[in-house]
Amino acid sequence: MKKLLVYLKPYAKESAAGPLLKLTEAAMDLAVPVIVGRLIDDGIAAGNMRYAAGMAGVLVALAAAGLTIAILAQFFAAKAAVGFVTGVRRALFAHLGTLSYSDVDRLGAASLITRMTSDMAQLQNGTNLTLRLLLRSPFVVLGSTVMAFVIDLRAGLLFLAAVAVLACVVFGVMLRTVPMYRGVQEQLDDVTDHVGQTLTGARVVRAFCREESERNAFAGRADRLNRLQKAVGRVSALLNPVTFLLINLAVVWLIHTGAVRVEAGSLSQGQVVALYNYMAQILVELIKGADLFILLTKAIACGNRIEAVMELRSSMTFPAEAPAEDPDAPAVSFEDVTLAYNDADPALTRVSFAVRRGQTVGVVGSTGSGKTSLVNLIPRFYDATGGVVRVNGADVRDYPEKTLRDKIGVVPQKAVLFRGTIRENLLWGSEDATREELEQAVHAAQCDDVIAAKPEGLDAPVEQAGRNFSGGQRQRLTIARALVRRPEILILDDSASALDMATDLRLRQAIASLPGDMTVFIVSQRASSVMQADVILVLEDGVLAACGDHETLLKTSEIYREIYESQFGEAVHHG
Amino acid sequence: MAESKAKAPRGTVRRVLACVRPYRARLGLSVLMAAVFSVGELTLPIMAGRAIDLIVAPGSVDFAALAPILTRIAVVTAVCAAAQWVMNALGNAVTFGVVRDVRKQAFDRILRVPVKYVDAHPHGDVVSRIVTDADQFADGLLLGFNKCFCGVISIVGTLVFMLVINWKIALVVALLTPLSLFAARTISRRSYRAFQAQSTLRGEQTGLIDETLENIKTVKAFSREAARLAAFDDLNGRLSKASLRATFLSSLTNPTTRFVNSVVYAAVALCGSAAIVSGHFAVGGAAFTVGALSGFLAYANRYTKPFNEISGVFAELQNALACAARLFELLDAAEETPDGADARVLTDPAGGVSFRDAAFSYDPARPFIRDLSLDVKPGQRVAIVGPTGCGKTTLINLLMRFYDVTGGSVAVDGTDVRDITRGSLRRSFGMVLQETWLMHGTVAENIAYARPDASREEIVAAAKKAHAHSFIRRLPDGYDTVVGADGGSLSQGQRQQLCAARLFLAQPRMLILDEATSSIDTRTEQQIQAAFTRLMEGRTAFIVAHRLSTIRHADVILVMRDGQIVETGDHETLLARGGFYAELHQAQFGAVST
Repeated sequence: MKKLLVYLKPYAKESAAGPLLKLTEAAMDLAVPVIVGRLIDDGIAAGNMRYAAGMAGVLVALAAAGLTIAILAQFFAAKAAVGFVTGVRRALFAHLGTLSYSDVDRLGAASLITRMTSDMAQLQNGTNLTLRLLLRSPFVVLGSTVMAFVIDLRAGLLFLAAVAVLACVVFGVMLRTVPMYRGVQEQLDDVTDHVGQTLTGARVVRAFCREESERNAFAGRADRLNRLQKAVGRVSALLNPVTFLLINLAVVWLIHTGAVRVEAGSLSQGQVVALYNYMAQILVELIKGADLFILLTKAIACGNRIEAVMELRSSMTFPAEAPAEDPDAPAVSFEDVTLAYNDADPALTRVSFAVRRGQTVGVVGSTGSGKTSLVNLIPRFYDATGGVVRVNGADVRDYPEKTLRDKIGVVPQKAVLFRGTIRENLLWGSEDATREELEQAVHAAQCDDVIAAKPEGLDAPVEQAGRNFSGGQRQRLTIARALVRRPEILILDDSASALDMATDLRLRQAIASLPGDMTVFIVSQRASSVMQADVILVLEDGVLAACGDHETLLKTSEIYREIYESQFGEAVHHG
Repeated sequence: MAESKAKAPRGTVRRVLACVRPYRARLGLSVLMAAVFSVGELTLPIMAGRAIDLIVAPGSVDFAALAPILTRIAVVTAVCAAAQWVMNALGNAVTFGVVRDVRKQAFDRILRVPVKYVDAHPHGDVVSRIVTDADQFADGLLLGFNKCFCGVISIVGTLVFMLVINWKIALVVALLTPLSLFAARTISRRSYRAFQAQSTLRGEQTGLIDETLENIKTVKAFSREAARLAAFDDLNGRLSKASLRATFLSSLTNPTTRFVNSVVYAAVALCGSAAIVSGHFAVGGAAFTVGALSGFLAYANRYTKPFNEISGVFAELQNALACAARLFELLDAAEETPDGADARVLTDPAGGVSFRDAAFSYDPARPFIRDLSLDVKPGQRVAIVGPTGCGKTTLINLLMRFYDVTGGSVAVDGTDVRDITRGSLRRSFGMVLQETWLMHGTVAENIAYARPDASREEIVAAAKKAHAHSFIRRLPDGYDTVVGADGGSLSQGQRQQLCAARLFLAQPRMLILDEATSSIDTRTEQQIQAAFTRLMEGRTAFIVAHRLSTIRHADVILVMRDGQIVETGDHETLLARGGFYAELHQAQFGAVST
């Protein structure tokens, strides 16, 4: 949490002014019982109505001053809290852009989104209330105690004892309930999961007639949640009654000793009233303070979650200067490359190959054989844990981030578009693409019909993540987006899976006929998509099992032959 | 604001009461305890005032009268504390109980609604109704009710006590208090608007964050970090302004009402002094004492508090009713039409399936399947092919009665499926879908999903047939490894293998394989296909697949396009015909000839 406080710094004045003004207001509140005491002792008891009226006037004046001060304090607190969180939010968002793929994989998008949204809201709320109340509650409690000491030493001691006992009760209840609340939260997550699961599995549950057992399983979870909630409820329900009891017993004690002291002449009736009022104030503030404390612990927890991400340094660094490229070197080469994610078994083991400029490379293999891992190394989405990946002869780690990525057009497996228009999405590929270039890319990606179907054409709106397009349409548009870039290297990572075979074929032909020396990587489950490639890489368990063109591989690689035959049947390849 | 309150329909309130009915005894007791607490709490300042009146000056303290008052204070305090604890604990029990009950009802409902409902409603929305809305509804309603009830008792009680002590001064308090309500009203109306502006912007920003982070890899691949940040900054700046306004405005309520409170307090002090010193405001013959003033001040201090709370409660209640309405909407979702009383229970069917002039559409405005007729003999293997969206999956939806035809009929062994109990119909089919679904549980439990009583040997045998045994054995706890709903560390292909194993264990009379092996690599797929083929011996099977190689051995191939069967026949016939099937085939195999 501490490191986030840098973002509070621009608001140092406000964050100091807020609580200080609050203190002033609280001090004024503390003066009220004294003034009422004087009103009773010097006004009423002395029969001096003018004095009493004057004191009432002072009360109103204090209230008015208090109002002004409080409004200022609220403003400063709000300004500091909002400004602080705005800064933190921006910093975190910017920071997330610097993290590498492996960092993002490890943290998970869902968890990052929670941090950006609900954690931020909690942090803002907590900061705001803290600036407003953190000093006030303890100040009023301590101030009341001090005032009690000023009025009377023995009464002060009683206050001290009462406050100490109350503090113990509040903390005791909290210490007991905080872990219980965590348990409740976990069980609630469990219930949520179960509902979500039953919805996604609606067909399966019905197909296997498992409604009854799902119902029972859910009832079990709901009941367990109920038990946990009741258990924590019983403890937390103690807080208010116990506080109430203790304060009022203290009042009884106060009046009793007060009576003895008044009888002896060492205390006045007005002073007893003042002490009584201070006790009442303590009760109010303690209840507020306990609420604040809960909020504060939550806000700190959220702050810590945010800070944990902020502290994460990207596991990848990029140089500022572009490296010297060798025009005669292969467009892409792997030299003894190994890749392991997070200490797991390697996804790629000692892979070596070289691809000339303008070649088309097919990558095939079973599920989990390392196809995507292989192509992800080219734009340096991940760093190889061993060996070197080179683009145009230079180690990819020697390229500035943007220089490298600008050379490469990637069409990921998951086809997503972003909110805006089709044109805006296509311009991701290259900011300054002309209309002709966009149309050419659209045509090559076989999405003329997608655009034609929209009355607004290229300016048709795209909803978040491209929800308003079908999977196949999205795939083709993401291909167009990559083509707009006119990349040196194009990577199609199983990006035609939603297209029927005929469209897939036309797409590949269109890409092949594009001008320029584009090097193309096609990752696919379908042998038909890669057969015509100049080089086909066959992966098996992360190892490059074979490499060559279709005819050669059919003769030399048993794995390739099996993949091929499993799709075409044995008879076909003779035809 | 008053108009929008009327929105919550009367029916909602009545149903809310119905939810609470099983807890009425506990709720009644809780209300009683609230009354005990509120009244008891109110008498404390009076008693303290009387006690203070007894200690006027040195030498004149009446200890004999003081002792019983102090004892009474202690006793009342203890009773109040006990009542408050019981009230809180019971309130909790009722709230949590009601939440649990409505959750169970809602969950039961999602098992009973037609699949159509599940398809048509975003899952996140349904989940949030069952989880968040249920919570808010019970919490807001019951706590709100309690607060409201205590507040009213407190206000009435305070007023009565003040009137009894001195009605003139009480009137001063009663007349001044509306000021605070008025101030709170004015502020909250403005801050409500500011909060709305804030949440709109927040929603927009969350959308941007969602989109960016879910797809951070694409953003980075296209080096769009700076552009995204610029868009974010713009929203962030606007949100910051709106947020400051909302936060500041809403935080004005407390100081303002506190100010009014203080003025009331000063007025009471002034009038009280006047009553004691000069007899102004004095009522009847009773003298107004310092103790009475002290009690009065305490009342004046607390009189306005419940007003503020109650006005807060109204917002809460409104929210709770809105949540309740959302929840009831789910509870009211129409159930699947129940099985008829004379519905046939399908046992060991031969497996003949026929469609007669079947018609169906997801959207009444756009007819989809029309006049579809088809006869499948028992034991036939039927493959369905065609481009995405041609109606393959819809046929399966109709077979399993996830949806019912809107015209014509579907029959199994000559009986209309609508005259067969859903349970027995679905049990006769075994299906593996492209979208694999695993429940949160162990691998073994997932395989045994269709037959929970299966022995471990049977489960292992089924897994072996699906070629899943070797990877399951390598999992940390083997067959007892817990897999989450998202499949945990399993790949899409492995999940499909587990679903296939389910089918091998269930051995149903009829099979449906909808892209059942699409994510499994082709070599493993071939091995599984071999096992499927053995399973299909003598069983009617429907197979949907992209890969023509998986379907070429089918007895009948249905070629579908735009909801219609355009060609029927076996592989050779269809190829020879040179139609749509041949075209599809060409796209896959044509490349070979070049």
